[in-house]
Amino acid sequence: MQVSKSLKRLIFWELSIPVALLTLGIYHGLMQTIYRAGVLKQAAFAKLDYYQGLTLHGVINAIVLTTFFAVAFGHATIAFYFKKEPNKKAGWLSFALMVTGTLLAAWAMISGKASVLYTFYPPLKAHPLFYLGAALLIIGSWIPFFNWAGMYIKWKKENPNVKTPLAVLGTLINFIIWFVCTLAVAYEVLILLIPWAAGWTSTINVTLARTLFWFFGHALVYFWLLPAYIMFYTMLPKLAGGKLYSDLAGRIALFLFLVLSVPVGVHHQYSDPSITQGIKFFQGMLTFGVAIPSFITAFTIAASLEYAGRKRGAKGLFGWMKKLPYLDTKNYMFAYLICGLILFVFGGLTGIVNASYQLNTVIHNTSWLPGHFHMTVAGPVFLAIIGMSTYLYSTMSGKKIFMPAINVIIPYLWSFGVLIFSTGLMWGGLLGEPRRTNLGMTYLNPKSELFRPDWVPTTTLALLGGIIMFIAGMLFIVVFFGTMFRKKNEKAELNLAVSEVFHDEARIPLFDKFKPWLVAMAIILVIAYIPAFLNVNKNTGPGAPAFAPDNPVPIETSSK
Amino acid sequence: MIDKAEKVVIMITGTILALFVFSILYAKTKYKSDIPECLPYDKAYTEPKVNKIDEKTYQVFAVAQMWTFQPAEIYIPVGSEVDFFLTSKDVVHGFNIAQKNINMMAIYGTINKTTVRFDKPGVYDIVCHEYCGAGHQNMRAQVIVNYPKAK
Repeated sequence: MQVSKSLKRLIFWELSIPVALLTLGIYHGLMQTIYRAGVLKQAAFAKLDYYQGLTLHGVINAIVLTTFFAVAFGHATIAFYFKKEPNKKAGWLSFALMVTGTLLAAWAMISGKASVLYTFYPPLKAHPLFYLGAALLIIGSWIPFFNWAGMYIKWKKENPNVKTPLAVLGTLINFIIWFVCTLAVAYEVLILLIPWAAGWTSTINVTLARTLFWFFGHALVYFWLLPAYIMFYTMLPKLAGGKLYSDLAGRIALFLFLVLSVPVGVHHQYSDPSITQGIKFFQGMLTFGVAIPSFITAFTIAASLEYAGRKRGAKGLFGWMKKLPYLDTKNYMFAYLICGLILFVFGGLTGIVNASYQLNTVIHNTSWLPGHFHMTVAGPVFLAIIGMSTYLYSTMSGKKIFMPAINVIIPYLWSFGVLIFSTGLMWGGLLGEPRRTNLGMTYLNPKSELFRPDWVPTTTLALLGGIIMFIAGMLFIVVFFGTMFRKKNEKAELNLAVSEVFHDEARIPLFDKFKPWLVAMAIILVIAYIPAFLNVNKNTGPGAPAFAPDNPVPIETSSK
Repeated sequence: MIDKAEKVVIMITGTILALFVFSILYAKTKYKSDIPECLPYDKAYTEPKVNKIDEKTYQVFAVAQMWTFQPAEIYIPVGSEVDFFLTSKDVVHGFNIAQKNINMMAIYGTINKTTVRFDKPGVYDIVCHEYCGAGHQNMRAQVIVNYPKAK
């Protein structure tokens, strides 16, 4: 379809700002593997401190890139399926808030006033503008959601008996999850952190802040993942040359995500004090529940791909795997999505390890964790984001891809790097190698009495994988901006791949409305989280004063 | 509506998940393998020390601070059971004895607790595995299980 100049510009800016920042994010990813392998044995390189770089890496890659993309992709999806554009003013207002927030947080991080990592656990204190920036970015991303929800309600009134398109359903569910979970982090930031960071309140309840953060923090991973899921369900079967195996399976999976992705956050706090084992166990069980929609997806997508392979003439049990268009330069989205899926097999399985209660004590906060989540957020999520960013830009601007052969190889190179990198990190994690640590200064420095020779092979492997990932990431930046600098030579239009459905089930009203699911979501949330907050309130002692990352003396007393 | 292959897959998924849940419960009851305990805050635990209850039972009040653990060296005899009580004097710290799968967060205003038995002599590293500021990578302590041989 043709879209207005305004919407086109909005989407282009929302795609390219985070991609430009990504250069900084990916650079710091590479740098960490270099420090950690003991190649650099110092606190900072090129005037950027290790932990400052780690903060930039996490915030840019996991918060800024993912949020901007989810909004841009949502605009494209909603406009494409409703054949109607979202509200212009709301779109640009949201953009302005998100950009302002990003700039504030970026200023705080780059000037070294917010080296608190992307989880910003108090009582480590960042500059108040860092927290304000994060809040503005989030609030900005809410605005389009209200706009789309209004468009959906209107559309549903006009089409009461038509199934809501799966991609629209996915987008709305994703932003409902996002809205609910960010309420907690908005409360943490606006009510607890900003007054405390500004010095208006003197202490903070650290466990309460952590519990609020993880109320947000685990649902966040589904907010990253669902745009990729939407592509897996609605585009990948078509790109493979087949059909989606079941439309209903996709709806069930999406609604299960809606109900179960928030009330599981305490499984990130298995090792925390102040919350009883019973509450942790209960949310651990719910976490297994949220594995079900991923199992459903694994089966449905594999079945869709098998169908595509057989349609292309494949024979035998696994013959279909050989017949898919892996290296088709015109159909490069297939390559990005299939690579993401392969990584996600390992990402999902290692995630189940993390959720498994006692097993978590083996790997909690070790380098196993980044090993795991680089096969999820830096796997299907990242590959879907960068592939779709290139695709949306190229098709909506009518510009041909710059270096199409490289473009189709990027996801394979990236995945190869991730597999090596994650193997190194996870192996190290099993040996106790901590995450988020400048290992080069002590544990990987033969001159230090803390030297751990058993972590040399693991960190070296991670370095090797990191270099490969860095090369793939930089190639993407070249392809994306290279495409931008080409001349328009094709028809410009918004066109998303739409899969036909193999089992196109009749409309079941339960799986085409939100109310019952929202009620279920609220009930489970209350059951899972009220006891957790009561616990935190009951078992916590005095609140903590603020600390700067470079000084063991609290900030108030040191300034007096 | 649900085809044959889907039914099979639903059963396989259910079986796998049931197996996982069973394993967790089995480890919890049979081997007493569990995650840290929940204690209300008590100021008594905020002074670092090692309490000897009897020959084979010890309590360690571990205090994490930027960027050391107190006590920094904990001497105990082989075969002793140790209750670790953990808190933080400042920011969030981690407390990981990888060889024994001890894994706790140290948080200001709270007490964390876990119990472990050291059956083999040796030096066990306690590594801080949560970012706690500029000196995070220096933050390590040790449990030395050799008493009464060396000390």
